[in-house]
Amino acid sequence: MTPAIELSGVFKAFGNTSIIRGVNLTIEPGTRQALIGPNGAGKSTLFNLITGKYPVSSGRIRLKGQDVTGLRPSEINRRGLSRSFQVTNIFPRMSVFENIRCGVLWSLGYRYSFRHRVDAAHDATERTEKVLEQLNLAARRHVPAGVLSYAEQRALEIGITIAGGADVILLDEPTAGMSHSETEHVVQLIREVTQGKTLLMVEHDMSVVFDLADRIAVLVYGEVIAHDTPERIRADPRVQEAYLGVPQGVA
Amino acid sequence: MKAADAPTAARRLAVADVGRAGVLRGYGVWLTAAVVLIVLPWVVRTGAAVPIMNQMGIAIVFALSFNMLLGQGGMLSFGHAVYFGLGGFLAAHALNLAGRGTLYLPVPLLPLVGGLGGLAFAALFGTFSTSRAGTVFSMVSLAVAELMAASSLIFDRFFGGEEGITTNRAKAPLLLGLEFTRDRQVYYLIAFWVLLAAIAMYAFSRTPIGRMANAVRDNPERAEFVGYSQRWVRYISFCAAGFFAGIAGGLFALNYEILTAENMGLNASGVVLLMTFIGGIGSFVGPILGAIVFTFLQSMLSDYTGIWLLYLGILFLATVLFVPIGMAGVLMLHAPAWRARRVGRLAGPYLVAGVCGLVAAVGVIGLLEMLHALVAADTPSGVRRLFWTAVSLRSVLPWLVFTGLAAAGALGLRWAGPRAAAAFADANRAGAGR
Repeated sequence: MTPAIELSGVFKAFGNTSIIRGVNLTIEPGTRQALIGPNGAGKSTLFNLITGKYPVSSGRIRLKGQDVTGLRPSEINRRGLSRSFQVTNIFPRMSVFENIRCGVLWSLGYRYSFRHRVDAAHDATERTEKVLEQLNLAARRHVPAGVLSYAEQRALEIGITIAGGADVILLDEPTAGMSHSETEHVVQLIREVTQGKTLLMVEHDMSVVFDLADRIAVLVYGEVIAHDTPERIRADPRVQEAYLGVPQGVA
Repeated sequence: MKAADAPTAARRLAVADVGRAGVLRGYGVWLTAAVVLIVLPWVVRTGAAVPIMNQMGIAIVFALSFNMLLGQGGMLSFGHAVYFGLGGFLAAHALNLAGRGTLYLPVPLLPLVGGLGGLAFAALFGTFSTSRAGTVFSMVSLAVAELMAASSLIFDRFFGGEEGITTNRAKAPLLLGLEFTRDRQVYYLIAFWVLLAAIAMYAFSRTPIGRMANAVRDNPERAEFVGYSQRWVRYISFCAAGFFAGIAGGLFALNYEILTAENMGLNASGVVLLMTFIGGIGSFVGPILGAIVFTFLQSMLSDYTGIWLLYLGILFLATVLFVPIGMAGVLMLHAPAWRARRVGRLAGPYLVAGVCGLVAAVGVIGLLEMLHALVAADTPSGVRRLFWTAVSLRSVLPWLVFTGLAAAGALGLRWAGPRAAAAFADANRAGAGR
């Protein structure tokens, strides 16, 4: 089967500082995977490379078999990859409804059209409504996104990410800064919306990671030191060392 | 959930959003606008009314096109008059060609020529000006404006040097036997184009590209990650804005039958920025309001005082400092109170604050006018008529009176202002059923 994401020999340096140092990683389609690692390991940078926000210094990135190295974020998104951000990244002055609709428009083929009226685009409205239902934000549809509560904004962020129907989803710390009950809610949401899709997420909350992930990749100082099932990752002494300095049980 | 926690912030954001101008939904508004435009010249019958309304119409189209950039696309241009002027010059030349019979072009279609001209140059200059947003965009727009100012000196034949390009709409062929010799005929032609352009620009804001212009304004990076190239979105908005600015320029050529390089200079670009901002960049009606009020003040004030530009500057300054949401924004803030039928409660406190403001304004204006009369030294008699009375510049009393009025008004405002604000907050309190 063609891998959903395939990184081969990816390097990234900012000036003299190498952040990503030769990452090879294969994400099989239809799996939920987590990318973990200590602070500063380069997890977000790796996300930014995969999604085209930063150019790679060397190496290739393939998305569903297609080489996407050096493409712009918008072009990579059109090939079926969508992402969320560590810091909430929404359209603050537009309504909740419009935020989701922005995520829908391109995928329905509206592109840069100035011949269609968005309010008459029933397919876009329908899809938006559906996503709003999933997010439990239908009642807040007319509220400007900038005034939502933090947890709602995080949910909206996931909503924009999945609205376009991309089949490869990258989530960057979707539960960061959330309370326990909010986290549970988001995990449930992620499980729902990534049904049958490929998910790669950066996450610090280990209970979320072990709850959701089929496989876990561990990134330490810009290198993937392990990529395996949760059970084996838990038992891996190198991972324990990276996290705790001494080989022990992972937190 | 937390709906009640952030109503003020919500309102502030809501008025900033062009997309939710539900007021404009349906055709009723446009029909009303059409009727108003038709009857206006029969209702307002003072001598200068029709020429001023023509000027307003042109300003409305220009300001709306400017707000496609600033309000909807988040692009602050210091050179939008370039597309207005170039469209105008092309329209003037086209009209001259039509007058000589080289080109078949009936007068009513002239604004379209201006529009296409504006579009062509926006498509050209947009290739590099829209590659970046923010400060870079603003700086490039300034550079383009300078470039055109220099070009106007170099391409003498096209821009007509200091005299500019004159034209004559009476010489062009007729369409359906319509001729445009009298003011009122020109008024209806301009009104037609204003309505058409306004509808088109509103419709544009409701298309996928129009919505994505807002999205790119809010968060260009996020727009990229939902499949849209921020650069393309800006470029298309820029071209559309250039097109409508060109239409305004074409209307200008048609109305005044003369264009000079000044019409596309930095000054003209500044004026459209001022009127749009004063009206309010957050809603579709803002620029319309701004264009009407600004043009009105411009033509009225210049009859009464030599320092009218100073007053417009103060108005702009006050808008930026105290009400950056503009006039339309302030009006929309009152929408919830209006719907709850609680606007009546505001009348008293607003009236008191308004009177205080008026007193302060009279004081400040008196002082400014007296200073101006002294400095300009065009009053050898030492007497200047101010507020229907003769004021002697050389006596101390008027200075004291105006200073007193200014101070009293300011003190009154400090007292009445917070009360008006409190009344506003009270009228908007969520769920206040009293």
